[in-house]
Amino acid sequence: MASSLRHRDPAAADARRRGNGGASPARRWRALPALVRHLLAAAAAFAAVMLVTSVTGPMTDLRIGSVGYYLLAVAGLQLLIGFSGQISLGHGAFMFIGAYTMALLVLHQPMLPLWLNMLITIAVSCVAGVLVGAATARLHGPYLAGATLTLAVGLPGIATRFPELFGGGNGLSFSTRGAPPALAGIVSDSQWQAGAVWLTTLLALVVLATVSAGRLGRRMRAIRDDEAAAALSGIPVGRTKVIAFVISAGCGGLAGASQAYLLGTATPSSFTVTLSLSLLAALVLGGFGSLWGAFWGALTLVYFDVWGSDLAHGLDLGTDVANNLPVVLYGAVLILIMLIWPQGVHGAVRGLGALLRRR
Amino acid sequence: MDQFINLTLNGLTNGAVYAALALSLIIIYQATRVVNFAQPALALIAVYIAYTVSQHTGSYWLGFAAALVSGLVMGALTERILIRPVHGRSPLSAIIVTLGLLLVLQGIAGMVWSSEPHSFPYPLDYRGRFSAADVFAVASVGAAALLVFALYRFTPLGLRMRAAAFHPEAARMSGVRVGLMLTAGWAVASVIGALAGMLATPPFLFPHALDAVFVYGITAAVVGGLDNPFGAIFGGLLIGLGLSYVSGYAGPELTTLAALAILVVVLSIRPAGLFTRPTARKV
Repeated sequence: MASSLRHRDPAAADARRRGNGGASPARRWRALPALVRHLLAAAAAFAAVMLVTSVTGPMTDLRIGSVGYYLLAVAGLQLLIGFSGQISLGHGAFMFIGAYTMALLVLHQPMLPLWLNMLITIAVSCVAGVLVGAATARLHGPYLAGATLTLAVGLPGIATRFPELFGGGNGLSFSTRGAPPALAGIVSDSQWQAGAVWLTTLLALVVLATVSAGRLGRRMRAIRDDEAAAALSGIPVGRTKVIAFVISAGCGGLAGASQAYLLGTATPSSFTVTLSLSLLAALVLGGFGSLWGAFWGALTLVYFDVWGSDLAHGLDLGTDVANNLPVVLYGAVLILIMLIWPQGVHGAVRGLGALLRRR
Repeated sequence: MDQFINLTLNGLTNGAVYAALALSLIIIYQATRVVNFAQPALALIAVYIAYTVSQHTGSYWLGFAAALVSGLVMGALTERILIRPVHGRSPLSAIIVTLGLLLVLQGIAGMVWSSEPHSFPYPLDYRGRFSAADVFAVASVGAAALLVFALYRFTPLGLRMRAAAFHPEAARMSGVRVGLMLTAGWAVASVIGALAGMLATPPFLFPHALDAVFVYGITAAVVGGLDNPFGAIFGGLLIGLGLSYVSGYAGPELTTLAALAILVVVLSIRPAGLFTRPTARKV
C-alpha cells in the first residue's frame, strides 16, 4: 500500500530513478498498466485488513468495517467534488437508498448471495444518481448545494411515509449469515463481515482510481478547473458531470449497503443531514483531489467519535457535554483546517514526505 | 373549502418565516458570495439567549430584544473572525467554514442548555384560525423586509453597503470602508435570522429545532434566486403555501419531498432561480 502512495507522486519516482539507476522496482511498478497496479495495491490492502482483523476483537472489527464503508462514501464524494468540482451536501441520501435496498433484499430475497445484493444495490443507486444528476447537471455552486441538501433532508421521509414496506421510524432490521461453515474457527463472524465490507470498498476504489487516472478523470478535472475552456476544447460537459454524479451515487449506495450489512439495520435516523455534512467534512479534513484524502477522512470520521467519547468519560464530564463533545471538536477542527491548512491531512502527509526526501 | 382557507393562512404564516430566513441568506450572499450554512445555528443561539433572558426577567419581550441584539453581534463576529480569512478563496472554503460553525454552535447549545427540549412560548395568543401570533409573525417579517429595503434604498449606509457588495474596488476608491460594510451586511442578516428563529421555534426549543425551517429557508432562497431580495420573499411564500397544501392534502411526511419537488421543477426551468436577471454567458 505504501508503494502505491509513492507512485502517485512523480517527484518521488524521479528521485528514486536517479538514485537507483535505470531498472529500479519503482520504475518497473510504474511500467505496469494502471488497472493492474491498482488491483495489486488493493490486494495488499485487503491482506493488511485481514491481518489486522485476525488479532482484534469484534468491537474493533466493527470499527475497521466502519472505516471501510465511510472510505467508500467519501471516495465517491471525492470523485464528485474533488475531481469534477460539483458540490453535494446530500450524499447521505444515496447511502439511505443503498442501505434500504440491501435491507429489503435480505428480508425478501434471503437466498441471494451477498455479492449479488451488492451488484443490485449499485444498479439501484446508479439509477437514482442518473435521475438526480440529470436534474441537477445545469446547477452551479450554491444552487447545487441547496438542491442536494434538500434531497438529503427529504428522502428519509419516504421511510416514515410507507411504514409497511420500510418499517417506519424504527427502520428494518435483519440478520445475515456470518462466516461460511468451511471457515468456522479460522475467521470470526465479525472478521468475515469487516473483510466483506473492505473487499467491496477496495474493488470500488480500484474502479475509482482507474477512472480518475484515465480519460474520464482528466475530463472531470478540466471541467472543475474551467468549465468554459473544457466545453471549448470539445469535452461534453453535461454528460461528464452526470457520469461523475452517477459513479459517486453508486459509491454512496454501496457504502450504505455495506453499513446496513455490517450493522444489520437500516433506519431513517442514521441518514440525517449531519451524516451528509460529516461526509463532506471528512473529505475536507482528508484533503481534496486524492483518494488518500478520503482514507484519512474516513479514519477521522470513525475515530473522532470514539476518542471524543473516551475523552469525555476520562474527564468525567456531564452527559450533555459528553454527547456533544465529538461534534464540537469536529466542527472546530473543520474550521481550523480551513483557516490554517486548507490542503487537509493528505497535504500534510505529502509535505512531510517532501521534507523527508530533501534530507 | 374551509380546509383550503386554513391551509392557505397556515402556509402564509410559515412562508413568512421561510422568507425571513431566505432574506437573511440572500443579504449575506449578495455581500460576500457566501451561503451561510451556519444561519440556523446563529439563530438557535440567539433564541437560547432569549430563553435565558426571559427565564431570568420574566419578560418575553426583553428576551426578544436580547435575541435580536445577540444575532447582530454574532453575525458581525462571524464575518470578522471566520469569513474574512477565507475571503477570495474557493467558494467551497467558505461553505466548509460555515458548516463547521454550524456543528460547533449546535454542539455548544446542547452542552450549555442540554439536548432536552424546553417549552418555548409564542409571542401572542396562538389559538384559532390566523391567531394573534400568526398576525405578529407575518407583520414582523413584513416590517423587517420593508426596513431592509428602506435601509438599502434610502440611507447613505445602505448605498455604501450596496456599493461594497457589487463593486468593491470602485467603492474602495470612493472612500467606502468595504470591510466594515461586509460586516454590517452579516450583522443585518443575522438579526433577520434571529427574528425568524424566534418565530419558528415555539412550542419547543432544542438544538435541532431550526434545522427543517432552515432547509425550507434555503430552498426558498434558491427558488427565488440568490441575487434578488424580492425573490426571497416570493420564494418563501411559494414554499410555505406549497408545503402547507401538500402537508394538508397528502400527509405531513411528504413536506420535505415536496420542497425538493418544487426546487427541482423551478430549477430545471430556470437554473439560477425565478428572479435572477439574465446575465452574459461565459460560453
